[in-house]
Amino acid sequence: MSQKSKKHHEPFIHIVKRDELAPAKAWGIRIGAIVLGVLLIGLISSILTGEGFFEVYEIMFRGVFGRLFEGKTNMLWKFLQDTAILLCLGLAVAPAFKMKFWNCGAEGQALIGGLAGMFCMIQFGGKLPEFFLVPLVIAVSIIAGAIWGVIPAIFKAKWNTNETLFTLMMNYMATQLIAYYVYIVGGGSNVINPVSTGALPVIGNLQYLTNILIVALLTVAVYVYLKYSKQGYEIAVVGESQNTARYIGINVKKVVLRTMMLSGAICGVAGMLLVAGTDHSINTNTVGGQGFTAIMVAWLGKFNPAIMTLMAGLIIFLRTGAAKVADLNFLNSSFADISVGVVILLLVGCEFFIQYSVRLRHGKKGV
Amino acid sequence: MKRLLAALLVVMMLFTMTACGAKNNEDELKVGFIFLHDEQSTYDKNFIDAAIAACDKMGVTMVQKTQVPESNKCYDAAVELIETEGCDIIFADSFGHESFLIDAAKKYPDVEFCHATGTQAHTAGLKNFHNAFAHIYQGRFMAGVVAGMKLNEMIEAEKITADKAKMGYVGAFTFAEVMSGYTSFYLGAKSVCPSVTMDVKFTGSWYDEQKEKEAAQALIAGGCVLISQHADSMGAPTACETAGVPNVSYNGSTAAACPETFLISSRINWVPYFEYMIGQVQKGEAIDADWAGTLENGAVALTELGKNVAEGTDKKLEEVEKGLKDGTINVFDTANFTVGGKKLDSYKADVDTDAAFEKDTEVITNGIFEESKYRSAPYFDAEIDGITLLDRNYG
Repeated sequence: MSQKSKKHHEPFIHIVKRDELAPAKAWGIRIGAIVLGVLLIGLISSILTGEGFFEVYEIMFRGVFGRLFEGKTNMLWKFLQDTAILLCLGLAVAPAFKMKFWNCGAEGQALIGGLAGMFCMIQFGGKLPEFFLVPLVIAVSIIAGAIWGVIPAIFKAKWNTNETLFTLMMNYMATQLIAYYVYIVGGGSNVINPVSTGALPVIGNLQYLTNILIVALLTVAVYVYLKYSKQGYEIAVVGESQNTARYIGINVKKVVLRTMMLSGAICGVAGMLLVAGTDHSINTNTVGGQGFTAIMVAWLGKFNPAIMTLMAGLIIFLRTGAAKVADLNFLNSSFADISVGVVILLLVGCEFFIQYSVRLRHGKKGV
Repeated sequence: MKRLLAALLVVMMLFTMTACGAKNNEDELKVGFIFLHDEQSTYDKNFIDAAIAACDKMGVTMVQKTQVPESNKCYDAAVELIETEGCDIIFADSFGHESFLIDAAKKYPDVEFCHATGTQAHTAGLKNFHNAFAHIYQGRFMAGVVAGMKLNEMIEAEKITADKAKMGYVGAFTFAEVMSGYTSFYLGAKSVCPSVTMDVKFTGSWYDEQKEKEAAQALIAGGCVLISQHADSMGAPTACETAGVPNVSYNGSTAAACPETFLISSRINWVPYFEYMIGQVQKGEAIDADWAGTLENGAVALTELGKNVAEGTDKKLEEVEKGLKDGTINVFDTANFTVGGKKLDSYKADVDTDAAFEKDTEVITNGIFEESKYRSAPYFDAEIDGITLLDRNYG
């Protein structure tokens, strides 16, 4: 065999499957990809806007954190709030994706959760005491999200329907239901004026703190659930191989139903935070497509809530920062999405170098 | 690994070093603009172009934030423009921004907040929150006259008979702003072509190129010989150009893309308002709670005429403009239309914002429906005879 290969013309580069790469090294490659992406964004921005290379980063920082060093903290809170919401949706999809159930319906599940909460806020506002109404809003949002999440799982379990298409379809249904509700409440103007009854309590003067704390607790809870609980282990086994799961006596259908209910419920929390926590109103754009970005957060974070937190922060930082660069220089607003896209593309692309090593013809060392 | 770490540290250091160097000129007046979309939308482009022109002329700095949804993000955007950029005036361009802008106005009493198309300034009780709109129905009426002249030309050329003079209208939503717009357009056409009728279709979106195109095509297939629209994409104009059907546009000229079928376009010119708003702050004077742009102050504007308009259109248009300015022509003169076969003697409109949409204010005096008088945003929502709503879409 070796003799034969020697006779062949040896290609200039070989692509060889790596043995498992040490985690530290793998993360080194990933961080390298992020740094490269951030540098690339700076370079592109600098070329497009005529700003200096380092000034671009200055503008991005200012766009995200405002005048933090002058003691103005409002922008920092906004950054934490945006990160918290995106992370919350990421936490919702992580268990489902870990189980290899492609839940593309976080957007709809969060919207329905928010809609159910909004309904209670409007319907029972002023009629029920606040100490009763607020828990009701929270509970109803979570239940509505869970129901919206479990429906595709039931169909998957019973009739083996495709969950990707099903959850996507459910998104459209949720959007249309909200459009209809906005019409009933808001009339032709297409706007529901904010309602203060049934809203989450504000801690001190910090309007986003409640949301941030809830998501922080949720992050720890999901981490513990996935890593240390029996159910979390079952999710991992079902994700690795359904046959193995069946062989060791795991009821796969039950796990799928339960996990999707959980996934939908956490989406319901996200919807509740947006409606009862910040907007006090709802429209079809309340979640704003973050249900899809959340999939990237979960995937890039390897379903580990700690890493997902960093990823959510990174995406929000890049998006807000790049939007600022675009706004100040009258660039098209897609610039923000493109910037996030550059980094995500590099991050996904670098997985190739984690799985495989590239070897030159004579060299033995991988790159 | 070490090298990577070092590189990362260097980048982080650069971040912090440069961030401290943020400079800001405190003396100069800064105006922050909050836009729903960006220049891709003709609606926002109309505001963006006006903002650039007005800020340039008044010698102030313009800072913008695009793609701001109608949610708490609007509040966040205002906070950012004030705290980070040091803006003295905040302007937002979309109806749904209003409540969140009011929240910001309460938080920053020293900053002036101006909002286009909103309805709450006259009842909000805030000194620093203001609404603005324009009597765009005047512009729509004049555009309607151009359409009517074109229909007359078709009738004279025996392309159609008088009873086939049907126009089509692509609207976004079935509510006052759109209804007031298409009714004034129709009345303009009717003032020169008495036999005209009109079909209306709604898309349920302010910007959906495909839906607007399909709606225009459906109207043309249904026998409409002229199309106009109140939605923000190029959908309807391009459908008209393909089908060779004359089009009255909105928000700005579409002559470049549709040279054969473009007749005219009415639009709100926001430059006069922006100049007024900035001027008042520079002088240290109060801004009106409700500001309504008119033909006189230049806020209601019409573009150039297309090359295929009927003969004599320009003369007629001058005459109508003069009539509207001196008050001899009233767009919503109740002598010129009927509702359910009857003349309107009294009409209660929903002027004050409330959850129940209570019809709270009598708006007809001396036989004139007084549009945009009791607040700057339109409230004409009667369904007059001659206009058929093929569908309804409340969003």
